[in-house]
Amino acid sequence: MTVGLQHYVVLSAILFSIGLYGTLGRRNAIVVLMGIELMLNAANISLVAFSRYLTPPALTGQVFALFVIVVAAAEAAVALAIIMTIYRNRRTIEVDKIDLMKW
Amino acid sequence: MALDIAFWILAVVSVFAALAVVLLRNIFRAALSMMVCFLMVAGLYATLGADLLAVVQVIIYIGAISILIILSIMFTRDVWQASSSSVVGLPAIVASVLFGGVVIFLTLNSRWQTAAPAAPQPTTSSLGASLFGQAGYALPLEISAGLLLAAVIGAMVLVREK
Amino acid sequence: MPYQLAWFIWTLPVFAFLAITLVLRPFFNHRPHWSAYATITAIGAAFVLSIWALITVLQSPDHLLAVPRIEWAVIDGFTIHLGLLVDSLTAIMLVVVTGVSLLVQIYSQGYMHGDPGYPRYFAWMALFTANMLGLVMADSLLFMYVFWEGVGLCSYLLIGFWFHKKSAADAAKKAFLVTRLGDFGFLAGILTLYFSQNTFDIEALRTAAAAGAIAGTTLTLAAIGIFAGAAGKSAQFPLHTWLPDAMEGPTPVSSLIHAATMVAAGVFLVARMFPVFAYSETALNVVAGIGAFTAIFAASMGLVANDIKRVMAYSTISQLGYMMLALGAGGLAAYASGGSLPIEEAISLGVAVGMFHLFNHAFFKCLLFLGCGSVNHATGTFDMRYMGGLRKYMPFTTLTFVIASLSLAGIWPLSGFWSKDEILVTSWNYIPVWFYVALVTVFMTAFYCFRAVFLTFSGEYRGGEPGAHVAAHSTPGHEQSHMPHESPRVMLVPMGVLAVLSIVSGWINLSGGFSSFLGHSAESEGGWLQTLFGVFTHPLPFISLATAAAGIFLAFAMYNRKWVSATAVGRAFSPIYKVLYNKYWMDELYQGILVKSFLLNGLFRGAQEMDADVVDGVANGIGNTVVGFGKGMRRMETGQLQGYAVAIAVGLVAIMLGLYFWT
Repeated sequence: MTVGLQHYVVLSAILFSIGLYGTLGRRNAIVVLMGIELMLNAANISLVAFSRYLTPPALTGQVFALFVIVVAAAEAAVALAIIMTIYRNRRTIEVDKIDLMKW
Repeated sequence: MALDIAFWILAVVSVFAALAVVLLRNIFRAALSMMVCFLMVAGLYATLGADLLAVVQVIIYIGAISILIILSIMFTRDVWQASSSSVVGLPAIVASVLFGGVVIFLTLNSRWQTAAPAAPQPTTSSLGASLFGQAGYALPLEISAGLLLAAVIGAMVLVREK
Repeated sequence: MPYQLAWFIWTLPVFAFLAITLVLRPFFNHRPHWSAYATITAIGAAFVLSIWALITVLQSPDHLLAVPRIEWAVIDGFTIHLGLLVDSLTAIMLVVVTGVSLLVQIYSQGYMHGDPGYPRYFAWMALFTANMLGLVMADSLLFMYVFWEGVGLCSYLLIGFWFHKKSAADAAKKAFLVTRLGDFGFLAGILTLYFSQNTFDIEALRTAAAAGAIAGTTLTLAAIGIFAGAAGKSAQFPLHTWLPDAMEGPTPVSSLIHAATMVAAGVFLVARMFPVFAYSETALNVVAGIGAFTAIFAASMGLVANDIKRVMAYSTISQLGYMMLALGAGGLAAYASGGSLPIEEAISLGVAVGMFHLFNHAFFKCLLFLGCGSVNHATGTFDMRYMGGLRKYMPFTTLTFVIASLSLAGIWPLSGFWSKDEILVTSWNYIPVWFYVALVTVFMTAFYCFRAVFLTFSGEYRGGEPGAHVAAHSTPGHEQSHMPHESPRVMLVPMGVLAVLSIVSGWINLSGGFSSFLGHSAESEGGWLQTLFGVFTHPLPFISLATAAAGIFLAFAMYNRKWVSATAVGRAFSPIYKVLYNKYWMDELYQGILVKSFLLNGLFRGAQEMDADVVDGVANGIGNTVVGFGKGMRRMETGQLQGYAVAIAVGLVAIMLGLYFWT
């Protein structure tokens, strides 16, 4: 069976689910961040695959993937800065301890 | 055929690497697994004929983001081993599996109107044209530049010692 | 008279009111007299116009000044008209109201001199007069009701004029609330008539009643409702309790209330709507019965009161009872005569007799109150036990007061004699049982009236300046320690005018002119001089004169010559004295039963519980439900980011499945 669009999209879904689990199911803020990066990568795979199989001459999907990478870089920088700040103030980066902004 | 073999190898390795990212107790190892995963994704881009994107993936994700994450881990080293599962452990698994299952189900049950993939061409010049050319993405590009600047300044403000 | 000018009769005082409140009081407060001038000018002009209107009405063949109506508001087929009904009844009332009011305003300049509320006083007096004028001129019950309430409002403001005194504020509240009870009946009567005839128009309603379009229970209920309103305003039993307390207001206000404006409104209303009454024997019996009972009831309380103004207040209630009796008895003539007298005749008979007494009473009662005010001005008290001997110091006041008292007592040939006699004759002819009650009242009236005269003006001066409680009555700015002195001329002139009127006002009906003007053609024999002395051909005048003279003589014996000790009499009849002195405990009855038991413990508590349990319950229930819901929901807001993220993921799954299956 030739590898086609569906293979890429299913792989993308699997990677996304794993990243989702990393985001939802882990306590360490850095692992949560890594989960998010995984999800972004999974989404990028889909975008590039669509670009190749659905709209061959246009490179719209790749352009979008580029922008996603840019946003992901910015997001990673800010998120890590926030994690560092929290760590400095509270000596922890466990997400469940950072629950002051409620009620 | 060679691309197919490459896909399967890249896919299996990337899935295992991703699982290692979220399952390993040692956060440093998890970060290294993530670099492997990113590398596999770069390979996947290559199999899709996105040569520029593959290079960008290596430079930005492996060269910048992963290093940034590893640095953060080093700064917060006394919590390396504390990566236990979160307060929503079981719901997280259920939600993830559900999500993945539904997307796969939908993917397999959709009729995709695929065109025959053309032979891979170098994409750099055409990407550059669509980013900077007429009727291209010049405005989003400028905005993303602003976003990056804001992110850099914001990150510095956040981590700055008082 | 051009009909447009009729509008000015009641709007002129309104303009005066507006001028004082909007211009004179804010900008010319250092010239308070301008306010008085504004009111006097407006009412004087209204008086001239009223005279003109009276002449016009007299000369017009059907005794009517036609004033076109103004459409005020049209609400989907329901039109509200503003209109004036200027017939003989209105014309007489206009002259009485503006005339008396004018004299009272002139007098007030002296009485209220130096009071800090001087402009306010004249503003309200102008508004009061305007409302009363509007009331007598209104051509629809709705329009009349507006002025009716306006009169009530102004009486509230004026009775409570010295509102910093608790008793005055309480009296004002009482007057307002008690008359409101009656107004409720009036409103019910208006609505009954409206739903029966679909109109508020007075003339149409009178025609409908005469034509029998309204009949039976509806008519009786409507009439009794209207009478309840009249009883409230005219202080008839059992709604009379506010009037004696209303003495807390400035004396000229009492004078105006008693003579021309407030209490006359009730009698006027009954007279105006009399066709509605006349076709219901029950209603007529109620009117006559309440009137006669009120007459003797109030007179009996007047026997023992020590406050001179209260004596006069009970006298007013009693005299208003007479008027109601006259109206009722006149109307009943048609039924008592067994059909020989048509109802239309009976209507005009009742109105003529009742209004004639109202007309005469306005002058002498106004004079009596102005006399009280003059006495108060001199002595600083209203308590007759601290007066006495004022004859020497205030000869003019004494003279006018005695004239008014003689008129009130019904002594020939003063005005009170003529109208009172007509009432006696009417009741003797048609409902004899009330005649005897009225006759006893004549005796009582003469007695209490001259008790006041002798206590105040004869004997030796007993010092004025009594206990602390009346010191506040005196207007600021005049000396208390001096011996009493005659009042200033500005107060005496109106009293003189009224004294003349008290003597002669009865004579205008000697040849039946007044009655025939109101549609009742009395049998008149010869000229008026002949009638002036001709009354004695009938035995009834002798009886009433003898009764009145006996009352005067008894007062003379007890309070001037002291042949009989008043205290001894009081002790001898101690239980009766106590009952009378405590005003039959009517106030306590109202306070205990109506206010405490019914209102406070019943209605208000019920309302309070309704509010606390049901209304608040619903409001709090909704609030508590929301709060409880929120408390429950708050538990979901754990602050755990990953919890929220799970929700997002699940929601995303739901959206995807939804899109897939429902598109």
